[in-house]
Amino acid sequence: MQRGRWSRVVPFLQRLSPAAKLSLVIVFCLSLPLIAPRWLAPYDPTAVAPSEIFQPPSARHWLGTDQFGRDILSRLIYGARNSLTLGLVSVSLSVLISVPLGLAAGYYRGPLDAVTMRVVDIVMAFPGILLALVVIAILGPGLTNAMIAVGIGEAPAYTRVVRGSTLVVREQSYIEAARAIGTRDYRIIKDYVFPNVIQALIVIATVGFAVAIVIGSSLGFLGLGAQPPAAEWGTMVSDGRNYLRTEWWISAFPGATIGMVVLAINVLGDALRDILDPRLR
Amino acid sequence: MVRFILHRVLQSILVVFGVLVIVFLMVHLVPGDPAQVLFGDAPVPKAQVEEVRHALGLDQPLPFQLARYLHGAARGDLGRSLKTDRPVASDLARAIPSTAELAIAAMALAVAGGVFFGIVSASSRNTWLDSGVSILALLGISFPTFWTGLLLIWLFSVRLEWFPITGQHSLRHLVLPAVTLGWYAGAILARLVRSGMLEVLGQDYIRTAWAKGVTKRRILAWHALRNGLIPVITVASVQFGTLLGGAVVVETVFARDGVGRMLVLAILQKDFPEVQGAVLILALAYSFSNLLADLFYGFIDPRVRYG
Repeated sequence: MQRGRWSRVVPFLQRLSPAAKLSLVIVFCLSLPLIAPRWLAPYDPTAVAPSEIFQPPSARHWLGTDQFGRDILSRLIYGARNSLTLGLVSVSLSVLISVPLGLAAGYYRGPLDAVTMRVVDIVMAFPGILLALVVIAILGPGLTNAMIAVGIGEAPAYTRVVRGSTLVVREQSYIEAARAIGTRDYRIIKDYVFPNVIQALIVIATVGFAVAIVIGSSLGFLGLGAQPPAAEWGTMVSDGRNYLRTEWWISAFPGATIGMVVLAINVLGDALRDILDPRLR
Repeated sequence: MVRFILHRVLQSILVVFGVLVIVFLMVHLVPGDPAQVLFGDAPVPKAQVEEVRHALGLDQPLPFQLARYLHGAARGDLGRSLKTDRPVASDLARAIPSTAELAIAAMALAVAGGVFFGIVSASSRNTWLDSGVSILALLGISFPTFWTGLLLIWLFSVRLEWFPITGQHSLRHLVLPAVTLGWYAGAILARLVRSGMLEVLGQDYIRTAWAKGVTKRRILAWHALRNGLIPVITVASVQFGTLLGGAVVVETVFARDGVGRMLVLAILQKDFPEVQGAVLILALAYSFSNLLADLFYGFIDPRVRYG
C-alpha cells in the first residue's frame, strides 16, 4: 500500500498545471520563514525606529516601513511564521479531535453516532469565525489561544467528513471479509478503514489550512490574535487602516500576501483532489 | 411530509437548547472564579466579590444557574452589561437592525450576482467573460473579508470617493459593506451555478430542444435554469451562516453598530453578558436559516423526506 503512493509523486509534479506549480512555489516560500526567519529578514520585526517612520518602499526597506518605523518585509516574514504555525497546529488539532470521533461514530453507529452528530450539529450552529470568537472570549486573545480556537472551531466539519467516509468504507466487501475471518474491530479500523478515510481527510485538511489562515488573520485584524508587538498579517492590515490614502503599503503588502497564500493553497487543494481521486471531481 | 417537518423542527429545538447551554457555560469555562472574572483585573475587596457572587446567583449549583438563565432568556432578560449596566437585550435590540439589513442586502446581492454571473459564465464558456468571472470568483473566495473590504474602501471611497467609508444611516452607506460581505458567498454561488448549468447544458434533452429550434435564451431560462438552481437554495442558506460570521468583520471594518461589532468590542472588554447575548443571537439566526433551508430542500427533493 505504501510503495505505490510515493512513486506517483514525480509524475504528479510534472502533470500539474502552471497555476498549480506556481502555487507550490508560493507555499514552499511560505514555509522558509518557519525554519530560518532570522536569515531571511533584513531587520528586527519589532524594532521601533522613530527616524524611519512611514518610509515608502525603497532600496533600504523593500516594502517600506510602518508608523513605528518597523520594516514591513521583516514583519511579513515573521508573520508568515505565525500564520503557518497557526495553520499547522489548528489543522493538527482538528484532525486529532475528529479522526477518533468520526471513525468511532461512523464504524459503530448506534447511540455513540447519534450523540456525536448532535454535538457536531450544535457546535456547527456557530458559523466559522463565531466559534473561534467564543473560544477567544473564554481563553483571552493571543496566538496560542487563536490556534486552539480555530482548531476546535473547524473540528466538527472534519468529524462529519471522517464519519461520512467511514460510513462508505464500512460497507465494502473487504470489511465484511475481514470481519468474517475474525479480525478484531480495532485492527479493521486501523488497517482497512482509516487508510481509505485518509484521502478525504487530506482534501479537507488542505482546505482547512487555508480556512485557518483566513480565520487566524481575521482574528488578528480584530485585535484578538497574536498580540503586539508580535508581527501578524491581519494585525498589520489593521494597523495600516487609517493610512490607506497616503501610506498604502502598510496594509497593502500584508493583505496581498494573505490573499496570495490562500489562493495558492486553494489551487493546490484543487489539484490535489484531482490527483487523489479524479472520480470525485 | 409532516413527519419530516416535525423531525427537523425538533432537531432545531435541540440545537437551540445546546446553543443556549454552551453560551451559558461560557462564563464558567473561563479559567478562574467566575465572579472574579466579571471584575477583570481590577483589585476588588473580597467582600464585594462575594456580594456580586450572591447577587448573580453564582454560588448556586450549576443546573440551578442554567435554569435561571434559561428562564430569564425566555422572558427576554439576558442580563446586564458589565461596563454600562444597560440591559443586554436592549443593546441587542438596537444593534440587530443594522446587522439584519447588512445580512439581507449581502445575501440578496450574493444570490442575484452569483446566479447572474454563473449563467453568464456558463453561456459564454471559455471566453474572456468566463475567465474574467472565474478570476473574480476565485479572488472572492480567497481573500479574507476584511481585505476585500479594505480594497473596496480604497478604490471606491478613497480614490473615487463614490461612497462613504463608515456609518450606516443611508443606502449609500450600505453598498460597500453589502458588496464586501456578499462577494464570498456570491463567488461560491457563481461557481456552483456555472458548473451546474454546464452539466445540464450537456444533457441530451437540451440538444433536442436546440435541434427543435428553441432559442438559446429560452433554453437557458427555462430548461437549464430550473434544474441548475436547486443546489443554489441549499448552498445559499449555508452561506447565510458564513455571512453572519463575516458580518462581525465587516461591521468592524466599516464601523457599523451591529451585533458583530458589539460582539468584538464586548470580547475586548471582557463584558461577558454582552458576549453571551451577541453570540446567542447570531447562532440562533444561523440555526433558523438552516432549518428553513432544510425544510425547503425537503419540499423540493422528495428523496430527502423519506431518506
